[in-house]
Amino acid sequence: MNFDLTEEQKDIIRAAREFAEKEFPNISQECDREEKPPKHLWEMACKLGFVGVFIPEAYGGQGLGYLEHCLINEEFWRVDPGIAHFILAGTFGSEMILLFGTEEQKKKWIPPLVQAKAITGAAITEPDAGSDVSSVRTTAILDGNEYVINGTKTFITGGTIANYLQVLCLTEPHIESPHDRFSVITVETDRKGFEATKLRNKLGLRASDTAEISFNDVRVPKENLIGTPGRGFHQFMVFFDHTRLHVCAEAVGLAQGALEQAIEHVRKRIQFRKPLASFQVTQFKIAEMATRIEAGRNLYQKAAWLLDQGRVESHLIAMAKWFTAEVAVRVAEESLQLHGGYGFIGDYNIERFYRDSKIVEIYEGTKEIEKIIIARALLGRY
Amino acid sequence: MDFELTNRQKQIRMAAREFAEGELAPIGKECEEKRDYPREIIKKAAQLGFVGVFIKKEYGGLGLGTMEHVIILEEFWRAEPGFGQIFSQTTFGADELLLFGTEEQKKKYLPPLVKGDWVMGFAITEPEAGSDPASATTRAERVGDEYVINGNKVMISNGTEAKFLLVYCLTHPEETSKSKRHSILIVETDRPGYKADRILGKMGLHASDTANIYFNNVKVPQENLVGKEGNGFIQLMKFLDYSRVMVAGDGVGLAQGALEQAVNYSKKRKQFGKAIASFQATQFKIAEMATLVETARNLTYKACWAIDRGNPDTQLSSMAKWWACNVAVRVVDEALQLHGGYGYLDDYPIERYYRAAKLLEIYEGTKEIQKLAIGRRILGIT
Repeated sequence: MNFDLTEEQKDIIRAAREFAEKEFPNISQECDREEKPPKHLWEMACKLGFVGVFIPEAYGGQGLGYLEHCLINEEFWRVDPGIAHFILAGTFGSEMILLFGTEEQKKKWIPPLVQAKAITGAAITEPDAGSDVSSVRTTAILDGNEYVINGTKTFITGGTIANYLQVLCLTEPHIESPHDRFSVITVETDRKGFEATKLRNKLGLRASDTAEISFNDVRVPKENLIGTPGRGFHQFMVFFDHTRLHVCAEAVGLAQGALEQAIEHVRKRIQFRKPLASFQVTQFKIAEMATRIEAGRNLYQKAAWLLDQGRVESHLIAMAKWFTAEVAVRVAEESLQLHGGYGFIGDYNIERFYRDSKIVEIYEGTKEIEKIIIARALLGRY
Repeated sequence: MDFELTNRQKQIRMAAREFAEGELAPIGKECEEKRDYPREIIKKAAQLGFVGVFIKKEYGGLGLGTMEHVIILEEFWRAEPGFGQIFSQTTFGADELLLFGTEEQKKKYLPPLVKGDWVMGFAITEPEAGSDPASATTRAERVGDEYVINGNKVMISNGTEAKFLLVYCLTHPEETSKSKRHSILIVETDRPGYKADRILGKMGLHASDTANIYFNNVKVPQENLVGKEGNGFIQLMKFLDYSRVMVAGDGVGLAQGALEQAVNYSKKRKQFGKAIASFQATQFKIAEMATLVETARNLTYKACWAIDRGNPDTQLSSMAKWWACNVAVRVVDEALQLHGGYGYLDDYPIERYYRAAKLLEIYEGTKEIQKLAIGRRILGIT
């Protein structure tokens, strides 16, 4: 065993931290308040090579692993989860093309993502299909050489700013198994009949764009099909084994940031004539937070390392996803508590981190879904 | 990074598992009931090479690492915590000799341990000195070429069975610093004035030997000093970096065993016409238990790795100790709960595991002491 990162990985961490610490803090409150994605930072991050490091060199990326992508996520989220999410979600959905797309599709849709020329996304969730993915009702009907798409999807990251989305569509409604009825189709957002409405007033991650999108007879060429007709559900399950990992890194980064804010505050804050840090109860809280983060980081890095070795261990990824997400929520909460009343006021970052944290227990598979995946691996299917 | 065990480590695990399942598990209940200290099993395990693998070859060991020792302990605790404890304490203190002993001491005291001829112990705790070892009052006075020891210690592993003990003695009561007052001496238990009373009222781990011990003018030669006079406290703290990780391994093993029993039981047990494994409440419990065990194992292995590369990490050792032992207690509680009323009876092993687990959160530094160690280190408080 070797728990050390390589020198290259350490360099990536240093560079990502430096960039985030220099660029995010000045605008993080404004981006949160005004629900404004800072596009210029995304462009800078692409230029500096932080976006899509896991993309093979043949498609403009750096050909690094998913672990490296996670390390960047961790560092960005440590400084500001909202901005970090906006910048790094720009390649969210590209995994589907990389995993299942044709050479032509990869050449067409992947390079612009790292060149700051395009943003992509994955559109799965619908008003009545959240954890229950196979209840998706957005239909794609083949008409000659085109698919005609109709339906509505919601909570779509990047919905109003993305250039193309990988959309999970019902294409074979007649098939008996509900898992074999879907296909993934890339839809360019400038096509006629596509409409996106920004969802405002999210609890957190307000710098990042989330939208409801609707398809009204949107026509896309047959070549926009990613993978195999009828395999969409299965393709997304493989996709999630990748994308859940960067959510783990988001969670660990957020927790690390919240812990550091707590440490800084308890050292400075004097009550009963002593710094809060001198009270045992504070020391215990800090110890528990730090241990949880350490446990979460080891767990997700193990899963990411295995994935980069070509070994996809779904139940381990599911473990890492719920555990790290819960760590983020608990650590953010404890950190706010240590800030006392000040934590409840927007002057301190912890208020924003607290709001930002909750989503990691929800998106990319709720913690409940993750636990079902783990239990199936251990108990079998019931 | 590399999260994989080496082939040799995997082989050691398989061999330890085979031995533990074949030889230890079948007689666990009987030894617990009879409070039988199974000398012959220790001898057998030693012959098979499971005892003291971390001891260097020149002192009769295999010269392997803490990792390999922990893997063996994990497997023994998984199969039968009572024996796990017996093996944990067989060489308990050997690291102190390896770290601070003279060449003569190592040559004399270590090889018989590896052969299974002797067992040892480390006597620190006193009635009024538990978490606060610097308050130990067992006195060792230098008289000529000898130390004369008076006092008593409690809850000492192998107090009646050990051939020799390392004893934490007060040698410099005049020192102003509490951490400079103690020294560690080797005391052979056949010396006149040494007396041990085995404790029979323990909650669990009945087969292992725990005793109150008394020193009445016990004389040992000055060559029995381990390390430096007045340096006992510092040497003890260094030792704990090692021993705490081993206890973490104990916790991982116990938790793994309890988890597997819960999995097996919930697949077999039918209520409301279905296996209880088919209920979501069960599935969620199992998923949570398995995730916790996974985090505990990774954290423990990381702490082992730090030791084996020559960089024991006090903070990481404390994190692993607290976390893994807390996981053991939580997991065994859920496992017993899943067994329902049967779990409360000794028909199933889980009742024995449940009683054994609690000690893990107490000895080798209570969880409270671990949290203080972690919290103070992070906050820079001495």
